[in-house]
Amino acid sequence: MSGTSMTTRAWLLMLPLLVVMIAVIGWPLVDTVGLSFTDAKLVGTGGNFVGIDNYAKMLANSNFQRTLITTAWFAIVSVAAEMVLGVLAALLLNQNFKGRGVLRALMILPWALPTVVNATLWRLIYNPEYGALNAALTQLGLVDAYRSWLGEPGTALTALIVADCWKNFPLVALIALAALQAVPRDITAASLVDGAGPFKRFRFVILPYLVGPLMVALVLRTIEAFKVFDIIWVMTRGGPANSTRTLSILVYQEAFSFQRAGSGASLALIVTLLVTLLAAAYAALVRKTAGSAT
Amino acid sequence: MLKSLNKTLLGAALIGVSFASDAFAETTINALFMAQAAYSEADVRAMTDAFSKANPDIKVNLEFVPYEGLHDKTVLAQGSGGGYDVVLFDVIWPAEYATNKVLVDVSSRISDDTKKSVLPGAWTTVQYDGKYYGMPWILDTKYLFYNKEILDKAGIKMPPKTWDELNEQAKIIKDKGLLATPIAWSWSQAEAAICDYATLVSAYKGDFIKDGKPDFQTGGGLDALKYMVTSYKSGLTNPNSKEFLEEDVRKVFENGDAAFALNWTYMYNMANDPKDSKVAGKVGVVPAPGVAGKSEASAVNGSMGLGITSASKHPDEAWKYISFMTSQATQNQYAKLSLPIWASSYSDPAVTKGQEELIAAAKVGLAAMYPRPTTPKYQELSTALQQAIQESLLGQSSPEDALKSAADNSGL
Repeated sequence: MSGTSMTTRAWLLMLPLLVVMIAVIGWPLVDTVGLSFTDAKLVGTGGNFVGIDNYAKMLANSNFQRTLITTAWFAIVSVAAEMVLGVLAALLLNQNFKGRGVLRALMILPWALPTVVNATLWRLIYNPEYGALNAALTQLGLVDAYRSWLGEPGTALTALIVADCWKNFPLVALIALAALQAVPRDITAASLVDGAGPFKRFRFVILPYLVGPLMVALVLRTIEAFKVFDIIWVMTRGGPANSTRTLSILVYQEAFSFQRAGSGASLALIVTLLVTLLAAAYAALVRKTAGSAT
Repeated sequence: MLKSLNKTLLGAALIGVSFASDAFAETTINALFMAQAAYSEADVRAMTDAFSKANPDIKVNLEFVPYEGLHDKTVLAQGSGGGYDVVLFDVIWPAEYATNKVLVDVSSRISDDTKKSVLPGAWTTVQYDGKYYGMPWILDTKYLFYNKEILDKAGIKMPPKTWDELNEQAKIIKDKGLLATPIAWSWSQAEAAICDYATLVSAYKGDFIKDGKPDFQTGGGLDALKYMVTSYKSGLTNPNSKEFLEEDVRKVFENGDAAFALNWTYMYNMANDPKDSKVAGKVGVVPAPGVAGKSEASAVNGSMGLGITSASKHPDEAWKYISFMTSQATQNQYAKLSLPIWASSYSDPAVTKGQEELIAAAKVGLAAMYPRPTTPKYQELSTALQQAIQESLLGQSSPEDALKSAADNSGL
């Protein structure tokens, strides 16, 4: 069979998928871009062309700037904590001990729970009147009175980050554990014979095997953390005093609560652009580290 | 022979009739309700079953969402070409829904007789610009609930009549060591906080909007927020109020951890239910207090109505359903959960029995119901005010500054 007909066949085979992709991703994207240049409302009239007005207004808005900082802080801290916790958990679960299988199964549980369930659970834990966290801390003598963890701007974001970590570190742990299983036993054994301590062994023998898979986890988690919505919506709705409002919540309010579809679309596209840039930066980093590892 | 032929004919005729009715039958309408407070999901289903029994040709599909999702779900369904025939809507939405043509004008469907029989305050729930956009269904306002036992122990004879008295009584309770923080409110960053704020604005005779411009930054609007901040800083108010919704307030009150609580009608019968509540039998209810020299009592209109969406293809059937759900008979039957919209119901022993105290409070409260502003920009205004309230409570900004920036961000 000739090359050209192979190519034609390949395209034909992909055609149904392409059509679906264009319908569910391509068209809405084009539509959103169009919408972002109008002052369209969610219901009613189609809206007038306003050029880059929506973008200019949004970027100059102090609410947007503050929300961007909140989102970045949430993403950086929670993803960093998830990576560290995930790797530590994976190292632990890679050891040989009794009950390892049960522990591995248990660890995946928070990740398997729907986010809304997870968020409701943490709301109960943080409850300022009857919450388990307050009960535990007072009984241990760490705090002298019950505190309002989600009601104070100083603690609300951190409390959300803890809840998000609890839900998402198992994913990192799972990826890291899979990578650890691929480390050849004779190499670790050889490093032991050479007298490498646990830290050196991790840094020079094990870590190179982990870097690639961990970069994948990092990209996935960063993108997700940047888009965080449900856990915050359920736990604080962006409060207190907007201290936990992230970009996705701002998009939601703009487009659906205030019904400014045009302005909401422009904001959504700004978020999309930011996430795409982040992903591209990571991808470049992965290529570099993968190149140096081999 | 003739007899059996007759029978056959009769039988055939009957089959024909039943086929015919089947062919005409089954107009299906979709209705959106909320899954909390006032009438419960089970009650709405029971009412709907009764309607279907009386109107076998109309089938009603019910859908329930939490209050927080009701507005957005309605608007989204409309934006994507409809889906609901009947929607439940809050008193704050008719302006926006009417402007954006989400609901249809039903003024001509409401008879003069009905207009006279329903409480005047209830009609403000469904009106915008002189037109009717549905029927009021849940009639509600915030009341001041109190724990009789705690007031007795503190030696307080009468529940407060003014907001200042409330603070004085709370201070006595706090000083006697009965409760550390006697008052509970729902001041979470949500619509709940605006309802408490609006109750106070009504007591201080303030305005939200005057001549289309924000007017809450001075006068009654400012006094109301100052009262909240003072009550919060004095420690008389439970500091966790700033993350409470109504259900949190109910739990704190039912656990005996609050002497006073501002909440909707539904808390009365729930807090008096020994299965649920530690304070059953000790629950007192009065209209929310007033301000000396300004008002006798205060109340916010927290009612909800049922309307027909402009996307509905069966407006007649939808109206039939709404008429049934809001009828006096249906409302009286479920009066323990939500007070009827019909004036004469309040002299009906079947409605008042067992909740005389609530009815007495309702007579004052429902007459004083203060509307939150009717503006198509309500959601923006509310969001800006929620932020202002929380910033002032947290001491991030003074009530004056917070309300000023809320006015700037209100979209008005």
